[in-house]
Amino acid sequence: MKESTAAIANVATCAPRDQSRPDAVFKWLAAACALVVIVIMAGIFFELVRNSGMAFREFGFSFLTSDSWNPIAGEFGAASSIYGTLVSTGIAMIIAIPLSIIIAVYLVEVAHPKVSGLIGGAVELLAAVPSIIYGMWGLFVFAALMQTHVQPFLSRHLGALPLFQGPPMGIGVLTAGLILAFMVLPFITAITRDVLMMVPPVLKESAYGVGSTMWETVRFVSLKYGRRGIVGAVFLGFGRALGETMAVTFVIGNSHRISASLFSAGNTIASSLANEFNEASEPIYLSSLFALALVLFGITLVFQTIAHYWVARMQRLEAGDR
Amino acid sequence: MTATEERVFVKPPSEVAKQRRGEIEDASRLPVKVKIRSLNFYYGGQQALFNNSIDIPAFRVTAIIGPSGCGKSTHIRVYNRIFEIYRSHRAEGIVEIDGKNVLSPVTDLLKLRKKVGMIFQRPTPFPMSIYDNIAYGIKLHYRASRGEIADRVEDALKRGALWGEVKDKLSEPATALSGGQQQRLCIARAIAVEPELILMDEPCSAIDPVATSKIEDLIETLRDSYTVVLVPHNMQQAARVSDFTAFFYKGHIVEFGPTKKIFTNPDNKQTEDYITGRFG
Ligand SMILES: Nc1ncnc2c1ncn2[C@@H]1O[C@H](COP(=O)(O)OP(=O)(O)OP(=O)(O)O)[C@@H](O)[C@H]1O
Ligand SMILES: [Mg+2]
Repeated sequence: MKESTAAIANVATCAPRDQSRPDAVFKWLAAACALVVIVIMAGIFFELVRNSGMAFREFGFSFLTSDSWNPIAGEFGAASSIYGTLVSTGIAMIIAIPLSIIIAVYLVEVAHPKVSGLIGGAVELLAAVPSIIYGMWGLFVFAALMQTHVQPFLSRHLGALPLFQGPPMGIGVLTAGLILAFMVLPFITAITRDVLMMVPPVLKESAYGVGSTMWETVRFVSLKYGRRGIVGAVFLGFGRALGETMAVTFVIGNSHRISASLFSAGNTIASSLANEFNEASEPIYLSSLFALALVLFGITLVFQTIAHYWVARMQRLEAGDR
Repeated sequence: MTATEERVFVKPPSEVAKQRRGEIEDASRLPVKVKIRSLNFYYGGQQALFNNSIDIPAFRVTAIIGPSGCGKSTHIRVYNRIFEIYRSHRAEGIVEIDGKNVLSPVTDLLKLRKKVGMIFQRPTPFPMSIYDNIAYGIKLHYRASRGEIADRVEDALKRGALWGEVKDKLSEPATALSGGQQQRLCIARAIAVEPELILMDEPCSAIDPVATSKIEDLIETLRDSYTVVLVPHNMQQAARVSDFTAFFYKGHIVEFGPTKKIFTNPDNKQTEDYITGRFG
C-alpha cells in the first residue's frame, strides 16, 4: 500500500510528455503520402491531355467515331481500337465470370479438401504467370488449336451467325478474348473462392436445414451473401482485361478494322499503343496515340466509377436504408 | 404497432398446456415422434455421443440440458442429418422419426429436412428480403402460385408471431430486423415448409429478455401443432417451457423424464447435482 503511493508520487513528479506532437507529425506524413497518389493521377491525366491535344484539334469528335487509321494519309480514328477493346474484354468476361464462379463453388463446396487445395494452388499460380507468357503460349499453342479445331467447329455449327464467319486464321479478336478470359479467370476464381469461404457455416446450415440442395444453397444463399465481394472481383478482372497489353498484342492480329466476324484480326487500344509508338514519326501520329491512351484512361475511369457506385449501392441495400 | 395488435397472433399459453405441465405425464403412454436407439456420434476419430437412446413424445416440448460440451447440439443435429455437410462427422445407430430410420442411406434428405425444421443459436436470416426469406423454403418444396405463396408467407409470419411487426415492410432486407425479430423470422421460415418436428438449439442465447419471452410464448403455441426439441439456454427456460427433459452428461443420456420430476425429484444423483447447481 505504502509502496504504491510512493510510485504514484514518483510518476507525478515526472515532466508530462506531449503526446500530441508525434501524432501531428504522423498526420501530416500520412497526408503527404496520400497526396502522392493524387499527384501521380493528375500528372498522368495532364500529360495525356496535353499530348493528345493536337489529335483532338485536328479530328475533333470524329476521332472517337472514325474507324480509319491510316498513318500514311495522316488520318486517325479510334473506333476500331475502342471496338476491339470492348469486344475482346466482353468475350473474356462472358466466359470468365461463369467459369470462375463454378470453379470457386467446386473448390469450396464440392471438392475434397486435398483436391481443392491442389487446384486452388494452381489457380493462384496461374494468376502470377506474367502476361507475356500468356501471349507466347497464346500465339504458338492456343492460336494453332483455334485454327485447326475451335474455329472450324464454330463455323460448322454456328456459321449462320456473322460472328463466326470467315477463314479460320487462329489469331484474331476471338482468340484474344479467350486468352484474356484465361488471364482474368484465376483472379475472379481466387477472390470468389475466398468470398465463399467467408460465408458463415451456420447460414449454410440453415439453407440446408430448410431442405435446399447444395446448388440451391450456393445459388440463393452463399453467392448472395458474398455478392458484393464477387462483383468487386469481376470488376477487378474487367479492369485487367481492358488494359491488358502484351498477351493481346501477340494474338489479336493488329489490324485497324472493324469486322463483324470474331475470327478476323483486330486491335485494342493497349495493343495499338504497344505496337505503334516505335513507328510514330509524325507528330500527329504520336498525338493520336496519346489520344488513344486518353480514351482508355476514360473508359477505365467510367467502369471504375460504375463499379464503385454499384458496390456502394449494394452496401446501402444490405444495410436496409433505401 | 401496438402491443395488443401483435399479441393477436400469439395465442396465450393454452390452459390445457398449463395443466399438462402441472401434472406429471407418463412419457411411455404418449405417441413417440422420434425413437433413438444406441446412437453414437463421431467427430473424426473423437466420439461425442455414446449409446444415446430416448423416445421423444409427439406434440410436446422436450428440453435437452447438460453442461457445456456434453453433446446437446451434437445430439439434435443428428435428427435432420445436418451434420452430414461436414465430411468427418459420422453417426451410427437408429434414429426413427415416425417409425422410419432417418440414418438409412435411402432417406430423402430434402424431405427429411422439410419435415424437421431447425433453429440455431444465432438468428440466420438469408441475405434477402423478409418476404423472400419465408417464400424461399415454400418455393423449394411446393409448386405454388404467387397468390398461394403470399398467403403462406402471411400465415407463417403470423404463426411466428411476427406478422404485425413486419407486414408493412416485407420487401426490406431481413438483416435490418432486430435480433429477436430475426429469430422469430427464422422460426417462421422453418414453419413455412410445414415441418412436424422443430429443433431449437439455444434459440434465445443471442437475444434480450423481452425478445426471449416472446419466443417462449411462441414455443408454447407451437406444441399444439408440432413436436419441439429444445436446447434451452438456461435451466429456468427448460422449467418454463418444456414438458419433458433429458439430462446429458459427457455424451451420455443420464436421465429422461417429465420436466417437473427431473427438476424436483430426479432419480439420478448426477442429475440432482446438476439441477441443484453443484456442477455444470
Ligand atoms: N465440429 C467439431 N469438431 C470436433 N469436435 C466437436 C465439434 N463440435 C463439437 N465438438 C465436441 O463434441 C462435444 C459436444 O459438443 P456440443 O457442441 O454438442 O456440446 P453442447 O452440449 O451443445 O455444448 P454447448 O452447451 O456449449 O453448446 C464437445 O466435446 C465438443 O468439443
Ligand atoms: Mg451447443
